[in-house]
Amino acid sequence: MTDHPTYDELSRNFSWSIAEQELEYKPGGRINIGWYCSDRICLKGAPDKIALYYEGFGGVEKKYTFNDIRLAGNTIGSFLRGLGINDGDRVCLFMDRIPELYLSFLGILKIGAIVQPLFSAFGDESLFVRLENAGTRAVITQKKHLSKVRKIRAQLPDLEYVIIVDGVKASDLEKGEVLFNLEKSEPVENLDVHPTTAESPSVLHYTSGTTGQPKGVKHVHYSLISQYLTTKWVLDLRDGDIYWCTADPGWVTGTSYGIIGPWSLGITQCVLDSGFSAQTWYRFIEKHRVTVWYSAPTAIRSLMKAGDEIVKSFDLSSLRHLASVGEPLNSEAVIWSERVFGKPFLDTFWQTETGSIMITNFPGMKVKPGSMGRTFPGITGTVLDPVTYDPITENGRAGLIAFKPGWPSMMRTYWNNPEKYKDKFVNGWYLSGDRASIDNEDYYWFIGRDDDVINTGGHLVSPFEVESALLEHPAVGESAVTSKPDEINMEVVKAFITLKPGFTQSPDLELDIMNFIRKKLSPLAMPQAVEFMDKLPNISTLEND
Amino acid sequence: MEEMTLNEMKDLVLKYVIKEYIDDDDVTITYETPLISSGYVDSFSMVSLLVFLENKFKIKIPPSKATPEAFDSVNSIVALVNQYLK
Repeated sequence: MTDHPTYDELSRNFSWSIAEQELEYKPGGRINIGWYCSDRICLKGAPDKIALYYEGFGGVEKKYTFNDIRLAGNTIGSFLRGLGINDGDRVCLFMDRIPELYLSFLGILKIGAIVQPLFSAFGDESLFVRLENAGTRAVITQKKHLSKVRKIRAQLPDLEYVIIVDGVKASDLEKGEVLFNLEKSEPVENLDVHPTTAESPSVLHYTSGTTGQPKGVKHVHYSLISQYLTTKWVLDLRDGDIYWCTADPGWVTGTSYGIIGPWSLGITQCVLDSGFSAQTWYRFIEKHRVTVWYSAPTAIRSLMKAGDEIVKSFDLSSLRHLASVGEPLNSEAVIWSERVFGKPFLDTFWQTETGSIMITNFPGMKVKPGSMGRTFPGITGTVLDPVTYDPITENGRAGLIAFKPGWPSMMRTYWNNPEKYKDKFVNGWYLSGDRASIDNEDYYWFIGRDDDVINTGGHLVSPFEVESALLEHPAVGESAVTSKPDEINMEVVKAFITLKPGFTQSPDLELDIMNFIRKKLSPLAMPQAVEFMDKLPNISTLEND
Repeated sequence: MEEMTLNEMKDLVLKYVIKEYIDDDDVTITYETPLISSGYVDSFSMVSLLVFLENKFKIKIPPSKATPEAFDSVNSIVALVNQYLK
């Protein structure tokens, strides 16, 4: 790691213009993420370099060069324009991690429309509230998820098109449904890329809060500046790397660092679209000779659970750099990864709202196992007193993690919810909603959330959303939801309920309630424990349970 | 519960998996179809499958045994269940 500049060297005279210059972006000029991730790499002389190795279930393999993804983006963009999709329209991606997900992301951005990626495991209720809030005009999906879209379609007057990328016969289509087969489409060589500028909206990701419905976090094309530089410095991506980000693009890591960061740097990345198993993952790394691996503590802990022996069955010597995001990375996981892979997973901290890495460990920095690291150069962070909201100057005292607004990838608003957006700022600081302390070397140490949001497997689940959905179950009278500690996922959802007259508690009813939430909201939101009560106590009693 | 044959157990689990986890009518699931590694059942949903097995067969499967590998097909699930049936 001696070839890396030190933290102090990178911080000295830091300016975001470093990224602007490297990307040849001139303030006030055009900036389009879709173009930067494909056309520009081709113009820079790498059209034949592999951009994506894809592996799906059942041995399906595909690969795409940067010229292929440029053409695919053009083709999809042109198809959408043909339907009348315009700049500013919201187009939802509701797909598994198939190539069309990644390629549509570029196409939507190229025509100036806004990408709304949603996790394909969402149930119909979760899908509905997000599409309704965004006023989404088109959804691009797969046959396997079509039934969920059809179920809510009639209640979404803004949703004009449901575009299906695989497996549906034309004769089975319903009104407003359109087939689009990328492989059978004539590639579009030239597309007029929409003249987006720094503040043009780009991506709309949804995140959950303690109360109310999920919030649409609006990002703009200028976010590229942060995403490019953090990818380069923190993930340490270099020409020749094979990069694997295990996050799903339904969540922000999967777009900021699973599409935008690597492709704007012209890096080859791999995507594995299949379920988790230690064997599958290690085989994937070995097969593709992955050099940089960005994953999540939940996955790392699951690999730990699978044991050390299995690691020895694979040649993982290609790995050069490992990083982690989503929830605090416990020191045991850092130490374990150093032992079995010969290098530690370095923790990174950021959020849907921040758009890019804010607090981090990166090559060249001293790693303190269990610490979140230090603020990325150019980011001004602190912890605030929870009462006065003044910065805490004493080392080791817990406070609210806060950042001075102004970094390029900061959210610009919550969609249709300016009040909630305003609530995120106090005394000129952006409040992250997390608590930490800072030590005498400016390293942050995570303590916990400052609200009741449940962080399960690195994803935020709103207790309010689950409580509301529970009330729609015919047997549930009242509901309260809290988190339960979990060895692998950090936290999981736990529900406390009272039953309506005529219903009796039973293991089968518990399972029915679990499945009800799983299908309505998502597997993440499914209570992994249900406790039946005669009367609900107040929530603080439940949290101490 | 009444004693079931191996095939009856497999059919019971197969029907439950298809009913609860498979949205696409055109997908064919057999006793051997990979469920977890294929992505048909994710790791969070595995918990509800575990609860189903424990309820239906009146058994308790230790968390350390409820692994993605053990839940990866109807055949492997039933083999696991058999270890805990009295």
